[in-house]
Amino acid sequence: MTISTDPDPVPLAGIIDQGIVRAWVAVQSWEAAVNFVGALLVEAGKIQPSYISAMKRVLHELGPYAVLAPGIVLLHARPEDGVLEPCLGLVTLSTPVPFGHSENDPVDLVFALGAVDKNAHIAGLKQLAEMLGNPDSLSKIRAARNDVELFRVLISSGQVKAD
Amino acid sequence: MRIATLCGMGFGTSMMLKLFIDDILKAEGIRAEVVPWDLGTFKGQQADIVVAAKDFESHLRSITARVVLIQNLVDKVEIKTKLLDAIRSLSSEASDQG
Repeated sequence: MTISTDPDPVPLAGIIDQGIVRAWVAVQSWEAAVNFVGALLVEAGKIQPSYISAMKRVLHELGPYAVLAPGIVLLHARPEDGVLEPCLGLVTLSTPVPFGHSENDPVDLVFALGAVDKNAHIAGLKQLAEMLGNPDSLSKIRAARNDVELFRVLISSGQVKAD
Repeated sequence: MRIATLCGMGFGTSMMLKLFIDDILKAEGIRAEVVPWDLGTFKGQQADIVVAAKDFESHLRSITARVVLIQNLVDKVEIKTKLLDAIRSLSSEASDQG
């Protein structure tokens, strides 16, 4: 099986919108963080509520490996768990919470990805990976104190050419 | 050479790793097939190298391929260093046997 990494029609700007981005939220636990970002996606019509419990189930069953870098978690479950539209929600936390990862805890950037199939989100994921691998973009994301500023940072960072 | 990137579902962390590894191999001029897989699908498949997130290690104990574990999945330097080490040691084993 070969998966094409050519540009596809759903880049980062196409899966993030202002309604699913929240800056500087206070939560007490990782479950509350998942519930918060999940509720944003439900309200925006991106996922069904079942997807929230599916994202939590993945963490319970497979462990906290989704904490992919220091302070950053990329939550997701399967398309059939209730994704209505391709989406990437983000909640930044005012107080980081532990997810149980051996080295990358505590987490202050909570991303939630909803994919409709295996390939449709690749360009967006690549932009996200490039953005998260860029210390300058990360510090801008962490410095944003309101939703509008955070969204602007994401879109401008996401437009940086991958190579 | 076949490199498998693994995660629980085959399109989150494993896809992110594949995208970085494709870039690294292209820059190094190394030819390899890089395939993102979920754990269930991977069972019974063959790969020379398996790359996964560090906290995924407990799911990889039965795997016979060389396993590369990454702590920071967006750190291109860590991914590149560990991957190229694994490729080099595979190549030297192959030349010892030949």
